[in-house]
Amino acid sequence: MKSLLSEAWLVASKDLRIEARSRVLTNQVAPFAVLVLVLFGFALDADQRTLRMFAPGLFWVAVLLCLLLAVQRSSAVESADDAATGLRMAGLAPAAVFLGKSAAIFVQLLVLELLLTAGIIVFYGSSVKNLFLWLIAGLVTALAVATTGTLYGALASGLGVRETLLPILLLPVLAPVLIGATRAYDDALGAAAVDGWAWTGLLAMFAVVASTLGALAYGALVED
Amino acid sequence: MVALLGRFPALAGASLLVEAGETVLLQGPNGAGKTTLLRLCAGLVRPESGQAQVLGHDLSVDGRAVRRQVAMLGHATGLYEDLSVAENVSFWAQAAGLGKSLAAQRATGALARMGLDERLLSLPVSRLSAGQRRRASLAALAVRRPQLWLLDEPHAGLDQTGRNVVDELISDAVAAGATVLVASHELERVRSLNPRVVTVAGGLIVKDTGGPK
Amino acid sequence: MTNPTSSVATTGSPGSRALGLATLAGLVGLLVLAFVLTEPDVRIHPSTGQEIGQFDAVRLLYLHVPMAVITYVAYSLAAFASAGYLIKRTPWWDVTAHAAAEVGTVFCFLVLVTGSIWGRPVWNTWWEWGDVRLMTTLILFLMFVGYLALRRTAADPRVQARRAAVVALVAIVDLPLVNRSVEWWENRTLHQKSTLGELKIEDLTLFTLMVGFLVFLMVFAWLLLHRFRVGWLTLAAGEHQVAAAIKERRAEADGSGVASAVGETS
Repeated sequence: MKSLLSEAWLVASKDLRIEARSRVLTNQVAPFAVLVLVLFGFALDADQRTLRMFAPGLFWVAVLLCLLLAVQRSSAVESADDAATGLRMAGLAPAAVFLGKSAAIFVQLLVLELLLTAGIIVFYGSSVKNLFLWLIAGLVTALAVATTGTLYGALASGLGVRETLLPILLLPVLAPVLIGATRAYDDALGAAAVDGWAWTGLLAMFAVVASTLGALAYGALVED
Repeated sequence: MVALLGRFPALAGASLLVEAGETVLLQGPNGAGKTTLLRLCAGLVRPESGQAQVLGHDLSVDGRAVRRQVAMLGHATGLYEDLSVAENVSFWAQAAGLGKSLAAQRATGALARMGLDERLLSLPVSRLSAGQRRRASLAALAVRRPQLWLLDEPHAGLDQTGRNVVDELISDAVAAGATVLVASHELERVRSLNPRVVTVAGGLIVKDTGGPK
Repeated sequence: MTNPTSSVATTGSPGSRALGLATLAGLVGLLVLAFVLTEPDVRIHPSTGQEIGQFDAVRLLYLHVPMAVITYVAYSLAAFASAGYLIKRTPWWDVTAHAAAEVGTVFCFLVLVTGSIWGRPVWNTWWEWGDVRLMTTLILFLMFVGYLALRRTAADPRVQARRAAVVALVAIVDLPLVNRSVEWWENRTLHQKSTLGELKIEDLTLFTLMVGFLVFLMVFAWLLLHRFRVGWLTLAAGEHQVAAAIKERRAEADGSGVASAVGETS
């Protein structure tokens, strides 16, 4: 167990170090996130009161779109110079690689969620009514989508059509997460009267199942 | 063994037995199946039929345990472009199970033997030439001190210095008692090591100067 | 493996032709029952005395409900066969999973379409967001569309089969949600509860519904059979190719190109 975690840590820190060097998140994905919010603003052309109502949903759609980019990037890093084969040859536990890569995406998503929250406060006039719920729901959802994304990233890799295949595989599976997270943020941002904590509980369950299944299935998927 | 790449039978019935410590040269025309044979030995490809045993382990049963003892250099370098040479070597050494300090210790030595100038070590790999990358890749593998080396055309694309470095690596490995399988078109260079020569063509072994006695 | 009995390349066989004919007859019978012989749903409002009800739209239910049940059957089979493949790793499971998933997706699409057409006059909308059954069914449909997309990629067959199996097994988790959604989320759906359990239907209506179940089961069986055979034959053709390729490959070894490639002089 200890070696599994330390191997996962090795992979996660490697991915984050690559991100720190290449700055894909800060230079490309983060601006894209803001752009999505802006596009919604243009398209909906609504007053701030209406936008505030929709803000939670728009927020999480933006997160999902950024997730696609983050997963693609995570996968591309390994296929660039066939480092993926190297990971197999090094004898790393596949579950560790899965956890490490998910963790790296998780961290990146947290940064994006922070940025997007600032975005909806500025552009849609939202405000965080329940900080604790905002934080927990944000963490749990990020975990759920990061792990699912990493699993499906592996499913779609190596086929030459990853860019177009990943969305159609991943997004329907995450549709329930989108619904749950939106309800949780409806509560946290005071946009609607729902029980955000109940939804957060469901999201947590999804995250646990996704992490476990992912860790178990990842090995079978990357082997020949 | 028959090994398939998708529907294409890269290996159509090859059979090979290599003793520990042997040095083997795989030669043959392009597309003969040399790469697939090496990948099979690395445990990266599962034979469609037949059995593959490496270092006493049946690969279909226990692939991972063997892998840390095997170093494979393929056509790709397997390095992370955005990280520096030093960071890559450190990562790959730790990934193979070496502790951080041991990895660091051995890394400096391995990089020096590969003839990589110290100034290059902190550069991101993307700034290196193909030859330098190949040498960095070999250094990353050498740190592990593997028992089995699988080299797929290691001299290709290297300049004279690079080729000399590769030759030294192979002789070092042989001297250390490792088993070395080299697929190469640089026949003269490798022949100087007096290896067993196996000729591969059409997915089969057509000639073998060694083999079971 | 069954052999085609005619000289024309076909996946038909005496058994499947008999089934096909019976199915066609059944379909005709069902359509007659559904669209001619049964009554439209007309009720009198207790207080206003007006005519209310689904009127002729109810006829679609004789198609929609059985097809929904068949969708469950098909997707469950696909998931079961996917699990079977992951355990047994023989091609039969994989071909079955693929065939069942594909036929199931056709049925699922028809369920959504007939439901939508039915919904327009009855619920006054083509689609209803917030209806749990609709949403979960749509998600199920999309997940299997993804499955089929994955199936069509040019990947190593073994790799593809394994990945598709994982996708199918994740997708099937949605199925119980679709089915139980009308009970678990009573307030969040316009769907009525179990047609058979709660609704008081009787006589010809019930009979037609039963005929519907039977006929669509036959349609499913017929489609599955043929789709399976197509998949099986595709696999066999592929293996044939491989055997031929192995022969060719071995012939390479005798060529003169070998000697020159290794720098030998003859």
